[in-house]
Amino acid sequence: MAVLKVKFTKTRRDKLAQILWILNWISVVTGVILFSLGLFLKVELKKREELMAERDIQYVPNMLIAVGLIACIINFLGGKICYDCVDSTKFLRWKLIMLPYIVCTFFFTLCVLVGALMCYTMHWELEEALNLGLMQAMRFYKDTDMPGRCFLKHTVDTLQIQFQCCGNSGFKDWFQIQWISNRYLDMSKKEVIDRLRSNVEGKYLMDGVPFSCCNINSPRPCIQQQITNNSAHFNYEHQTEDQNLWMKGCRQALLEYYTHIMQSIGLTLSVLTGVRYLQTSLENVLRQGDPDSESDGWLLENSLMETARTNLSIIKSLGKSNQINTANNGDPNIDVPSTSKAHYGPDN
Amino acid sequence: MAVGKITFTKTEREKLAEVLWLLNWISVVTGAILFGLGLFLKIEIQKWQEVMSEQGILYVPHMLITTGLAACGINYLGSKICLDCADTNKFLRWKLVMMPYIVCTFFFTACVLVGALMCYSIRSQLEEALYLGLRNTMRFYKDTDTPGRCYLKKTLDLLQIQFQCCGNTDYRDWFQIQWISSRYLDMTNSAVVDRVRSNVEGKYLMDSVPFSCCSTLSSRPCIQHNLSNPGAHAHYDERSQQLNLWRRGCQQALLDHYTGIMQSIGLTVLLIWLFELLVLTGVRYLQTAMENVIRLGDPESESEGWILENSLAETACYNFSIIKSLGKCYQVDDDPNINVPTAAANQEVPSAQVQVNVTS
Repeated sequence: MAVLKVKFTKTRRDKLAQILWILNWISVVTGVILFSLGLFLKVELKKREELMAERDIQYVPNMLIAVGLIACIINFLGGKICYDCVDSTKFLRWKLIMLPYIVCTFFFTLCVLVGALMCYTMHWELEEALNLGLMQAMRFYKDTDMPGRCFLKHTVDTLQIQFQCCGNSGFKDWFQIQWISNRYLDMSKKEVIDRLRSNVEGKYLMDGVPFSCCNINSPRPCIQQQITNNSAHFNYEHQTEDQNLWMKGCRQALLEYYTHIMQSIGLTLSVLTGVRYLQTSLENVLRQGDPDSESDGWLLENSLMETARTNLSIIKSLGKSNQINTANNGDPNIDVPSTSKAHYGPDN
Repeated sequence: MAVGKITFTKTEREKLAEVLWLLNWISVVTGAILFGLGLFLKIEIQKWQEVMSEQGILYVPHMLITTGLAACGINYLGSKICLDCADTNKFLRWKLVMMPYIVCTFFFTACVLVGALMCYSIRSQLEEALYLGLRNTMRFYKDTDTPGRCYLKKTLDLLQIQFQCCGNTDYRDWFQIQWISSRYLDMTNSAVVDRVRSNVEGKYLMDSVPFSCCSTLSSRPCIQHNLSNPGAHAHYDERSQQLNLWRRGCQQALLDHYTGIMQSIGLTVLLIWLFELLVLTGVRYLQTAMENVIRLGDPESESEGWILENSLAETACYNFSIIKSLGKCYQVDDDPNINVPTAAANQEVPSAQVQVNVTS
């Protein structure tokens, strides 16, 4: 018994083919969008690779780019097929390709689903990469004279200004790092030497932050030094002051940014999956139809159980095709030695 | 003697009409581009309108927007006319409209040229507006509690960060302005009071700059205070001083930004103007060719097309005399239709007796 059987007249089949053609073009456009979003994500991740520790997250945008391209190609082909399907003579041309094509697109839909899942799992890996990467970048902030690290100051400053964030999880992270290089410290001053000596590791730590942490929305000029010392500044209370510096941590800011991109990609993938499912079911319907008469269309030819059984037996026989079949109930084309002599030639 | 006379066969006329139809449609697209460019310029100017003392330069984008819309309308009409012009019967429909249409398009094309030239000539006005505007903004930087000025600090900080500039012409402009509000100054501190008193106008001036002047390219943490005393900072040599703050003034930065935009827009508008001129010439040729065909009477024959019927000097004289006579139309002159009293009218004409035959 067929699954979801529907009767189709010729005009309804034509209409179906037209709808499919439109769906195919929607899928091509979605494929293009997916491709460009994948490219955009790749570029954005590459831009900030200095701030991410060694984690292999490039596989996600690479996969999205590949899926986008394949979507375009498959749906472009599908569009051509559906365009021809309306005409019975042209349909015969495609008749043999239809079934392999539908199987292909079914596996492709699975890929799309896997891609969507990967986007959501990337979140955890990204958070870990950012956490470690930012910590390293802040530690090497002062090393502008060391090759390979000399651009980290510029990168971190630009990041904090652009994303309106400060430090890894908050501005207090800067209090635990020496972000002023020793070459810019006046070693002749007593306070400087005292501070260096009072630290176990000999680091010059202070309750100050770089200028890039300053909040542009603040009504008063930025307080960067002696942040926790209320008496050092007039009319200032650091416990309640939240407009002076950026309060958000850069890890959270970056994570939100990338999550936003991934959500757009996830949405595009969902649209693509939905359209694809509709397409494969409709294509199946079209394939079964007889060009000119009324015909039945269905999702699956037999019930779900029977289809599964048929497919399983096909797969089993694929495995057996290379074995030698010795039994009598085998293929009649296999050579069976007979007792009768073969009669050849005119003299017999 | 006609100016730019060309002979057209029937097929050539039809081909010209087709080509002009296509060119008119392309002109509609370029008109939309013109509109878009005007809109873009308007948005760019309004983004930083708080640092400009007056908005006078907005007439340039407004001009571009109106010209763009007019271009769309005129060229759409032109495409309809040109499509019909291939056939002599349909041309008769448009015959009366053609001449006014061409005159209109000519003036419109002149407007496009004026728009393009305006883009290049605006620099001096912009320079003045930016100088005064920036000076005022810097003066009101500290007034974050005054309504109407509370956003100026944020605007100026954003400007200095985004355009990588500091002050009006130089970072030293900040030394002449009190940019820290009195509400954040500790008036009980003797150093503060001394500084305020030592200034003639009672302003708290110092040789330091806001944080937004700090350069991200510097290799050392930013030095904002005691800038006129390099010795106060450890290892603050000439090179460090060069990299520490943004060296460019914001007036120069904004001027460069807008001049760059306007030059690109001006170039595009000039190209659009040339294209419109080409289309106008084509339409004029088509009009004169079709009119001559109708005058000759035979739709299949060859006809001549020109830009001007007589030479430039004769056409100018002719138009000039038309304008002169327009002015004279209300004056009394020797119009034969005006009633002139003559001596003959005073005599009465005797009525003739008419014999009426009465038939019974």
